[in-house]
Amino acid sequence: MASAKPRVKVPKKASAGDIITIKTLISHKMESGQRKDKEGNPIPRRIINKFTCEFNGAPVFSCDLEPAVSANPYFEFSAKVNESGAFKFTWLDDDGSVYTDEKSIKVS
Amino acid sequence: MTLTRRQVLAFGAGAAAFGIAVGRIPAAMATPEDVKASIADMFGGVEPQSGTVALNVPEIAENGNTVPISVSVDSAMEGDDLVESVTIFADGNPSAEIATFHFTAMSGAADATTRIRLAKTQNVIAVAKMANGSVFMDSREVKVTIGGCGG
Repeated sequence: MASAKPRVKVPKKASAGDIITIKTLISHKMESGQRKDKEGNPIPRRIINKFTCEFNGAPVFSCDLEPAVSANPYFEFSAKVNESGAFKFTWLDDDGSVYTDEKSIKVS
Repeated sequence: MTLTRRQVLAFGAGAAAFGIAVGRIPAAMATPEDVKASIADMFGGVEPQSGTVALNVPEIAENGNTVPISVSVDSAMEGDDLVESVTIFADGNPSAEIATFHFTAMSGAADATTRIRLAKTQNVIAVAKMANGSVFMDSREVKVTIGGCGG
């Protein structure tokens, strides 16, 4: 699966000090390394092992993933916003690929 | 040869460490003891207290491939009252650890939702580590109709 497509939902605007909810989803098989193919050979593990969320460069939330996280890993979490800026989302793949997405928010 | 209690314990610990080292054999399942050991290992032997952290899981999961779970920790997320991380364990999966959420003061609230795989009916455990060093735990049983290990 070469094209892991991230999808992120962040409110477009908020009031200063609000706690907003962020939802993220990325299409990825999360091959656990436990499965076997038709010939009985184990299929090598390939998962997203880390997810991070930053706001204007400061860490907000991150997660270490194990193979027990479902395919197309989904996260819902909170963030406190005091100023306008951009959220940066990063997913790290076992094979070294890095998937990123950015969303900006207006805070009044 | 007579063994002292201390020697027996040391041997037991060594054997356990060896078991973890070779524990990557497929089909080997984690046990509640493994989970206890990894919790003790991860949190430096601090005994987890109940309360503060709430784990929300379905009682019955029809499909073990995607079981929605959410955790929330009762915390102001300011100053000393801060949640550092929440780790999710399952005691009947091939490996006990599922995911670790790391929070910061910018998280605003220590809650997170995701979807996990469960191989069979088992306990899901959430362990929260606070910035002041205390550790809280919540555990729920999930009945799984179809396991999520594929193959």
